[in-house]
Amino acid sequence: MTSVSPTRPVLDVRDLRTYLVTRWGTIRAVDGVSFALNEGETLGLVGESGSGKSMTCLSIVRLVPRPAARILGGQVLLDGDDLLTKTEAEMQAIRGRRVGMILQDPMSSLNPVFSVGMQVREPVASYHGLRGRSLTQRAAALLESVRISSPLERLRAYPHQMSGGMRQRVVGAMAIAAPPRLLIADEPTTSLDLTIQAQYLNLLKDLQRQHRLAMIFVTHNLGIVARMCDRVAVMYAGRIVEMGPLRTIFREPAHPYTRALLASVPRLGTRTEQLTAIEGQPPDLATLSPGCAFAPRCAHATGRCRTEAPPPITLGSGHTARCWLHAES
Amino acid sequence: MGEVLLEVTDLAKHFAVRQGALAWSRALVRAVDGVSFTLEAGKTLGLVGESGCGKTTTSRLVLGLEEPTAGTIRFEGQDVLALGGENRRHYRRSVQAVFQDPYASLDPRMRVGTIVAEPLVINTDLDAAARRRRVAELLELVSLPDRAAGLYPHEFSGGQRQRIAIARALALSPKLVVLDEPVSALDVSIRAQILNLLTDLQKRLGLAYLFIAHDLAAVAHMSHTIAVMYLGKIVELGDADAVALQPRHPYTQALFAAALPIDLDGPRADGTLAGEVPSPLRPPRGCRFHPRCPHAMPHCGTEQPTLREEANRLVACYLYPARGSS
Repeated sequence: MTSVSPTRPVLDVRDLRTYLVTRWGTIRAVDGVSFALNEGETLGLVGESGSGKSMTCLSIVRLVPRPAARILGGQVLLDGDDLLTKTEAEMQAIRGRRVGMILQDPMSSLNPVFSVGMQVREPVASYHGLRGRSLTQRAAALLESVRISSPLERLRAYPHQMSGGMRQRVVGAMAIAAPPRLLIADEPTTSLDLTIQAQYLNLLKDLQRQHRLAMIFVTHNLGIVARMCDRVAVMYAGRIVEMGPLRTIFREPAHPYTRALLASVPRLGTRTEQLTAIEGQPPDLATLSPGCAFAPRCAHATGRCRTEAPPPITLGSGHTARCWLHAES
Repeated sequence: MGEVLLEVTDLAKHFAVRQGALAWSRALVRAVDGVSFTLEAGKTLGLVGESGCGKTTTSRLVLGLEEPTAGTIRFEGQDVLALGGENRRHYRRSVQAVFQDPYASLDPRMRVGTIVAEPLVINTDLDAAARRRRVAELLELVSLPDRAAGLYPHEFSGGQRQRIAIARALALSPKLVVLDEPVSALDVSIRAQILNLLTDLQKRLGLAYLFIAHDLAAVAHMSHTIAVMYLGKIVELGDADAVALQPRHPYTQALFAAALPIDLDGPRADGTLAGEVPSPLRPPRGCRFHPRCPHAMPHCGTEQPTLREEANRLVACYLYPARGSS
């Protein structure tokens, strides 16, 4: 649960800017993103494809696609340590040890030509300095902690011999081998079946509680957000347009985009003839107008919205929205 | 009761696969294994289940893209598999499909007008002017501007491309459209637009839909009837609200419990299902769900339950004895 702790947040991202320089112009993929995350807290990053949620995560661990993407400004403070000033060698030591990552497709994190054992042993060996039998036992214990049965045999298996759900659990095991301070989960269950997804979400919650991980959970599934997150940041066109505690965002969404998004999703048990659709198309980031990026699709847009981008406006404790509707005074 | 458009009886599709390092042993995947359902004109049947349950194979059989191993498909009362020549072509014209990925299903080198007109060129003897009129009509139907006909697919966003795919599917005025995950590749903010368009087209044109999706709330929203599949068999079939809101089969219950509700205070049933879907190469004996079922009884592992009437729907489960008790 969110409690205002007097201590320093695990992760403090300040005014992060990552731009993509392409033939078609400069794309502001991440455009001044700021948020802080405490120990044991989960922040849900919500938004459609191209809204900058994955690019934000990749910027935090400095794995943005080069040479097109450049981190042009801001700070990423992990326990007070600015990751943007680290050398590549220092970053390699931080990735996996202090920051763990789980991506959508487990096969992009696993090497198909090495056994699972080789791959799970690697972070365990480098972190705990173990070898031989004790290393294998530690790796097996790690697989057991992600609820893989007969872990000693599984260490000898290759990724293709495992189901999608089991592969993703192996990736989870590797991510917590250290265990890290921060876990970034980028759509970790999108490729899994529903009943397997439910198992995996339970597992992630348990691991998080055990290790008091700060977690960033990227998803476009609002049901998963409701289940997993303490706070929510809604992204649109590279910016966080609304951020706040889970209940506030779901109960009293302030930004028209958040409201529309929540209203557009079909829900079990409420039959409606027509869904409340969001009109128009997602924005083209290469040709954004200077104003609010959502203005062309917004029912409340005024002249000001089209010319001047709204700053984050504080609406309550920890609740901000970038919308001129809330800038009365 | 409306008029029955599609009647599928004991449909089965088995695939032979080779196994082992040198492909010595042969095995049979019973992808669809004795599936029966009916679909009325102008209505939607939702097919749900996890990967490998046979829902896509079922839709491919209905589309005539695969030949069934056993069973019959009747369309407007006629046995489709016995049809030859002209009648078979008529059936194929009457059943069209919209697939998941509008980036893959549209030829990037063809103009939208040509894409939408293609079925007309192949299947009708309309002249060029008549085809152009029909294309304009179809584009209007899916709310795309006239000038779209002269553009290429890459000039459109995902949602607009799916509109193009829908326009092409409607070109021959089909009676049944198979929708295989029609919105799951689209942005969240666009999905409602496309679902609304599909509902609207169904009303205006009297289309029947076979709707396949893993988003259960979307299926429940779109469907009149829902069929739940597990390892090639239908385990529950009935009125959409009944199946979605008061599921009876333990698998349906687990599936809908795993579809996370957006509401914060909804019942947070934590009945997470253990284990994974077994390989269809070696389906369990008896009820195929019994190794994962929280209510499994001894005879579930030996005998296969058949679909029986229970609380206004069909359920294949021994929890519900022969005469429904509800």
